[in-house]
Amino acid sequence: MKVTSLPAVEIDRTLELAEARSRRQAGRRRFAAACLALGLGLAVSVILGTGIGRMPVGWGTIAAVLLGKLGLAAPAVDRTQEVVIWGIRLSRVVLSGLVGASLATAGVVFQGLLMNPLADPFTIGVSTGAAFGVALLVMLGVGGSFLGLSPLPLGALVGALGAMGAVLVLSRESGRIRKESLILAGIVVSTFLSALISLIKSLDEESLSAIVFWIMGSFSGRGWIHVGFLLPYAAAGFALTAWHARELDILALGEEPSHHLGVSVSRVRFRLLLGSSLLTAGAVAVSGVIGFVGLVVPHLVRVLAGPSHGRLLWLSALTGALTMIWADVLARVLLASGQELPVGVVTAILGGPFFFYLLKSRRSRGIW
Amino acid sequence: MIRVRGLDLGYGDRLVLRGLDFRVHRGEFLGILGPNGSGKSTLLHALSGLLAPQGGTIEVGEQRLEALPSRLRAQILAVVPQTTEVRFPFTCLEIVLMGRYPRQRGLGTVTDEDLVWALRSMRRTTTTHLKERPITEISGGECQRVVIARALAQDPEMLFLDEATSSLDVRKKLEIFEVLQNLNETRGLTVLCAMHDLNLAALYCRRLMFVKDGRIAHDGPTDRVFTPEILGEVYETPMEVQWHPSHHRPFAVMVPLAAPVREEEEPLEVGGK
Repeated sequence: MKVTSLPAVEIDRTLELAEARSRRQAGRRRFAAACLALGLGLAVSVILGTGIGRMPVGWGTIAAVLLGKLGLAAPAVDRTQEVVIWGIRLSRVVLSGLVGASLATAGVVFQGLLMNPLADPFTIGVSTGAAFGVALLVMLGVGGSFLGLSPLPLGALVGALGAMGAVLVLSRESGRIRKESLILAGIVVSTFLSALISLIKSLDEESLSAIVFWIMGSFSGRGWIHVGFLLPYAAAGFALTAWHARELDILALGEEPSHHLGVSVSRVRFRLLLGSSLLTAGAVAVSGVIGFVGLVVPHLVRVLAGPSHGRLLWLSALTGALTMIWADVLARVLLASGQELPVGVVTAILGGPFFFYLLKSRRSRGIW
Repeated sequence: MIRVRGLDLGYGDRLVLRGLDFRVHRGEFLGILGPNGSGKSTLLHALSGLLAPQGGTIEVGEQRLEALPSRLRAQILAVVPQTTEVRFPFTCLEIVLMGRYPRQRGLGTVTDEDLVWALRSMRRTTTTHLKERPITEISGGECQRVVIARALAQDPEMLFLDEATSSLDVRKKLEIFEVLQNLNETRGLTVLCAMHDLNLAALYCRRLMFVKDGRIAHDGPTDRVFTPEILGEVYETPMEVQWHPSHHRPFAVMVPLAAPVREEEEPLEVGGK
C-alpha cells in the first residue's frame, strides 16, 4: 500500500505553526482568566468597600439598598442607610476605582511612549498644572458651585490640560514630537508652575492648608457628581489608548523602528498623549494628586503578564481600580481616632517600599 | 523602483549631500560605500522617509515618497537600522510579529498568515530557537538577526540595511547575506545596504555607489568600480584589488600607509618650577 506523506520539512513547519498557535491560544486563555479573576475581585471589593466604614451597616441592608436602586427589588425603607450606602460609600468606592483605573492606564501609556518604565502619569507635568489651577482658584477665592460641583475640579482640569498643551507646544521640533524634548518640556513646565504655586502659597497664607490638602489627594466628600464629571474623560481616554494598543507596542521600540514599521509616529503619539492626559487630568481633577498607583501598578502587571500593551492596558486598569479601592478603604479606617488619612499618603507609604521590592526582585531586572 | 532627482539632504543649515540623481531598479543588490560621515546613513534615512529632503524629490514606484501613507510605505520598504535597543521584555516572536503591522487591518489581530510569515522569517535568519526568549536577554548579534527577521516579516519589495551586519561575526554575516542574495535572486527583493566592509560588499553587491564629499563619487557595476584607483581615491588609502581564483569576485587588500601619520612628540614638562 502506498502511503502519501509530506516531506519531513513540511511536517516540521506544520508542527511549528501548530505549536505557535496553541501557545498564543494558551496566552489568550490566561489573559481571559486573569481578567475574569480581577473582575470578580473588583465586584467583591466594591461590595466590601461599601460595607466597611465608621457607621456599621449589615450586608443584608447593602444588598437591599443596591437591589432597590437597581430596580430589582422594592426601594429600601431606611433613608439614612440608603444615603450612607448609596450616596456616600458606593459612590466613593466607584470613584476611587475609576480614578485608580485611569491613573494605572495613563501610567502604562506614559511608560510605553517615553520608553521608560519609571515614567508615571505625572511625568510631563499634568499634575502640577492641575495643582496650579486649584491654587489659583483658592487664592482668588472663587467659590460657589457650577452645575452642583465646586469649581476646584474645573480649575484642576483646565490647569492639567493647559500644562499638557504647553508641554506639547514646547516639545514640537519642526512638526515632530520627540520623547526627549517631551520630558525636558515637562520638567520646564512643572518647575515653572511649582514656583508659581509656591508664590501663591507664600502670598496668601490662608489658602495654604486648602492647597496642601488638595495636592495630597483624597476622596473625602466626593460623590456621584464627581463620578459623572470624570466619566467622559475616562471613557475618551480609555477608548483612545485601547484603540492604539498595538501601536503602543511598536512605539515602545523607539521612534525610528516605529516609522519603518508603518506607524505614523507623530499622529499616533499625539493621540496617545491626549488620551493619557485626559485620563490623568480627569482623575486629578476629582481626587487631587495621588502618586505611585500610576507607577507601580503598570510595572507590577508588566512583570507578571509581559509587556504586550493589548493585555497590559486592561489588566493594569483592573489592578489599578482594585488597588485604589483598598487604598481608600485603608485611608478611611486606618486611624483609630476616626479621622481620615489623605489616600495619596496611603498609596505613597505602601507604594514606595513595594516599588523598591519590585526593583530589586529578579524578574523585573530584565526590564532595566 | 526608486528615482531620486536633485536631492539635497542635511540637518538644519548643514547640507550633507548635494544634488544627488540616481535610480534604483527592481531586483538590484546595491551597496552604498564611503568614508565615515560621508552621508550613507543620511541617504538611507531620506530614502526611508525618516528625513525630509531639503531639496529635490524621491519617487518610489510612481509615487512621491512623502505622499505614501505610512502603512503602504512599510509594505514596500523595510529598514534594518545600525543598532536596536529594546527596553521592554517582548519575546522575540512578538518582536518579529510586529513586522506584520503594516499588513494588518483594524486592531491588529494576528492571523495564521502572520504567524507563518514570522516563523518563516525567523527560520531564514536562524533565530527560531529564540522565539520565546525576551529580546532584552539575548546578545547584540542575536538581537540584530531578530530585527532582520522582523524586516523580512514585512514582506517588503525593498530592504534597506544600514550597517546592519557590522556587529555580527563572519559566519552570521555571510548567512544573512546568503539569505538576502537568495531572496534577491528568487523573489526579486531589492536590497540597498550601507556598509563599511568592502569585501563583503564585493562579494554580494552587484552595484556599488561610492559617496564622498557630499556627492556620489562613483556608481556602477561592482566589477567595474571596485578598482584600486577608485577605492584609493574614495578612502584616501592605498588599496590593492585582486580577483579570487575560485569564486571569481574581487577583494581588496589594505596596503600600509606610505607616509605614516606621526604625532609630533612634545616634550612633557614634569613637575613645576
